[in-house]
Amino acid sequence: MNDSVIHIEGLHKSYETSAGLFPVLKEVSLHITRGEFVAVMGPSGSGKSTFMNILGCLDHPSAGSYRLDGHDVATLDKDALALLRNRTIGFVFQGFNLLPRMSLQDNVALPLIYCGVERAERHQRARELLVKVGLEKYFDSMPNKISGGQQQRVAIARALINRPSLILADEPTGNLDSHTSTEIMALFESLNREGITIVLVTHELDVAQHAQRQVHFLDGRIVNDHATLHTEASL
Amino acid sequence: MKLAMLGEAWRAMGANRMRTFLTMLGMVIGVGAVVLMMSVGQGAQYSIKQTISAMGSNLFVLLSGSSSTGGVRSGSGGSYTLNVADAEAIAELPGVQAIAPIHPGSAQIVYGPNNWNTSIIGTTPGYLDARSWPVASGNTFTDSDVRSATRVALIGKTAAQNLFGDADPVGQTIRIRQSPFVILGLLSTKGQGMDGRDQDDTIIIPLTTAQRQVFGSQFPGSVRMVMVQTTTQEIMPSVEKSMTELLRQRHRIREGLDDDFSLRNLTAVADSAAEATRVMSLLLGAIASVSLLVGGIGIMNIMLVSVTERTREIGIRMAIGARQRDILLQFLLEAIIISVIGCFIGLLLGIGGALLVELLTGTKVIIALSSVIVAFGVAATVGIFFGYYPARKAAQLDPIEALRYQ
Repeated sequence: MNDSVIHIEGLHKSYETSAGLFPVLKEVSLHITRGEFVAVMGPSGSGKSTFMNILGCLDHPSAGSYRLDGHDVATLDKDALALLRNRTIGFVFQGFNLLPRMSLQDNVALPLIYCGVERAERHQRARELLVKVGLEKYFDSMPNKISGGQQQRVAIARALINRPSLILADEPTGNLDSHTSTEIMALFESLNREGITIVLVTHELDVAQHAQRQVHFLDGRIVNDHATLHTEASL
Repeated sequence: MKLAMLGEAWRAMGANRMRTFLTMLGMVIGVGAVVLMMSVGQGAQYSIKQTISAMGSNLFVLLSGSSSTGGVRSGSGGSYTLNVADAEAIAELPGVQAIAPIHPGSAQIVYGPNNWNTSIIGTTPGYLDARSWPVASGNTFTDSDVRSATRVALIGKTAAQNLFGDADPVGQTIRIRQSPFVILGLLSTKGQGMDGRDQDDTIIIPLTTAQRQVFGSQFPGSVRMVMVQTTTQEIMPSVEKSMTELLRQRHRIREGLDDDFSLRNLTAVADSAAEATRVMSLLLGAIASVSLLVGGIGIMNIMLVSVTERTREIGIRMAIGARQRDILLQFLLEAIIISVIGCFIGLLLGIGGALLVELLTGTKVIIALSSVIVAFGVAATVGIFFGYYPARKAAQLDPIEALRYQ
């Protein structure tokens, strides 16, 4: 049973608008086990961003249940959700979202500030991860001095720092050229091989090809959920 | 972790130095003004207190009543309704510690080739006690000098300087209106009186000597004023009452007629002067506090701008696990650091300003620990008070909205 990272049953999400209740997600159920690499796909407006916000504990479902790593998210208060985001989830954003005026090392170590890790250990763990993502020369550089691909590597290192159960990546290659995209996806694949569960939102098919499983959203429902059909053939 | 938050706040301040500096300046000016005003005010209060204690404490001055001769009224002390016997009766009243009948005047005094016009006080040894005015060197005259009207004198510093220069006046003989007087003692320095008069420019001689030999008197045994000192300040009103009753009785003044003397409470006059100064310095402090308030509003303004500007950063921090209270603490710390550093600089400037005032104007200035503590306390409070609202605003941002903010 401990193999389940994400367990979602009958999830609904509606927003209050002036025109009344507007449903975004309708009756979504999804089960992701440890070690999976899942691509969430769908056109804009299909509800996949809202779905990702709920997965990331940034938003609450209107109805239905969501268990993340064994925790029933609906029962948790704000502080517990923050802790979950800190320990269990690693976020990677389209726009990298590094803090300017802060060295790469400090950026990577930032989540550790919120769980009371000592300075020396923070720096050591940040450096190890920067080495892991291939940025050993840039510990003290500022985010604006490095390329987009490098910034995304820093963001991935930051997502990894608390050894999360789940990496949530929202269009991680959206701001990158195709060559850099391939490099970043290769990094995700190697992380996945180490056993990290990854859920990635994208609308690009070739990016989704790197995942083992593809979940397609349309009009707030999952319309297709299948294993990626390639691999041996295209390799 | 708190230390790490401190680092975060510090970094944010360093990122926008000019703005941080200007915000701080509001606090600097506020605190500086408060400290400066309080120092000057307390210095003024101290000066007043000095003047009061120099005058002597718990003092009444009893003046003989006005005389009216053919429609011309002479004013208090103009006629001689009080006499030495009155004074001696007053001395017997409970609560009276010392009395000193006084016969004042002025005369030309001569020593060798020098001469000088100064005030002459004819009185008893009790005068020096009542005014807490000891001799600096030599001796005072005694009651037997008063009884036998000897020609002895005590000389004030200023008068001595004018006659003797730096030489020791004790034991020398001066002439007052042609009569020789032996100087028994040099009075200690008393300084300026409440009216600005130099109290050291004086000669004190026995009351009887003044009455009989220097000024003469139409009515022997009468005095123009009597200084009365009570044991405590609290007892003054009751002594005032019994003294009035006693004198009315002795002077046989019938019910409904006016007193033929007037009684003044010198301490009350001094107290009201001190009170006026206190109110003044309070007022100055209040005005200065307004600038502290304005400084606080400046901090709040900048913090609000800062929260809006860093909305995205707040979203990122929340996404990676910052709790609301972490965000709150970060912004609150920033406000407090600005206040406290601003306060510290303001304190230094305020103290420097106060010393400069003392140096340039010669006004006594007192930098009290209390004003320093008050300024620091107020600064910290202002930081928390005006920093809390923006910090709370930051902490309550919706992370999704914040992340989307451009």
